[in-house]
Amino acid sequence: MTVRIQTSAFDPGAETNAFLAESAGAGAAVTFTGLVRSRPDDPVETLTLESYPELAVNQIEAMIAEATARFGLLRATVIHRYGALPAGDPIVQVMTLAPHRQAAFEAAEFLMDYLKTDAPFWKKEATPEGERWVEAKHEDDAAKDRWRNND
Amino acid sequence: MKILYFAMFRERLNRSEEEVDPPAEVKTVSDLIGWLRSRDEAAELAFEKPSLVRAAIDAKVVKPDALIANAQTVALFPPMTGG
Repeated sequence: MTVRIQTSAFDPGAETNAFLAESAGAGAAVTFTGLVRSRPDDPVETLTLESYPELAVNQIEAMIAEATARFGLLRATVIHRYGALPAGDPIVQVMTLAPHRQAAFEAAEFLMDYLKTDAPFWKKEATPEGERWVEAKHEDDAAKDRWRNND
Repeated sequence: MKILYFAMFRERLNRSEEEVDPPAEVKTVSDLIGWLRSRDEAAELAFEKPSLVRAAIDAKVVKPDALIANAQTVALFPPMTGG
């Protein structure tokens, strides 16, 4: 598994190609990229993420270990940025490799659901009206919890 | 021990970390938050809703009843918003 917590930008396409280059005959790779959202009716100029990188590595390694055991992943990579990011910039990339597509899709979704609630990042949006902390959402807790309901 | 503050807590307390030496009766994370609140008004306000305080000891997430006796670093932060 690979976990990278960084302030520098990354190229999602280059990361995907590097991940696929080591697929070693696996049947399915899923890559997800999360971007800084800004809509005309809710513009965001900058998203600043604060992090506790040492804890982030521990938390994300544990998530990947669980996803690997649960879905039979062959490999997984999570890249997560922090610092000040302009609208449209990639924030996070999750890549999963599995023998078949269902496991790769589900594991990517599992990892994203866990990142939302269990990875130590805190987001602050700068908008034309001022700055605001992004609050934790109940939907994100529910999205994570559904993986527990099947146990 | 060292305490780390993140996000809204860091802003409200106007510091990202501090060294503290709590008395012996402060045994758990929850006790620690109560003791910090009793020391200054900014902390009293920052931690007024204990249900919204998350904690880690030495970079491992813990529950409020976790013991702090052997902790080198205790981190206090709001619910996480990663991804």
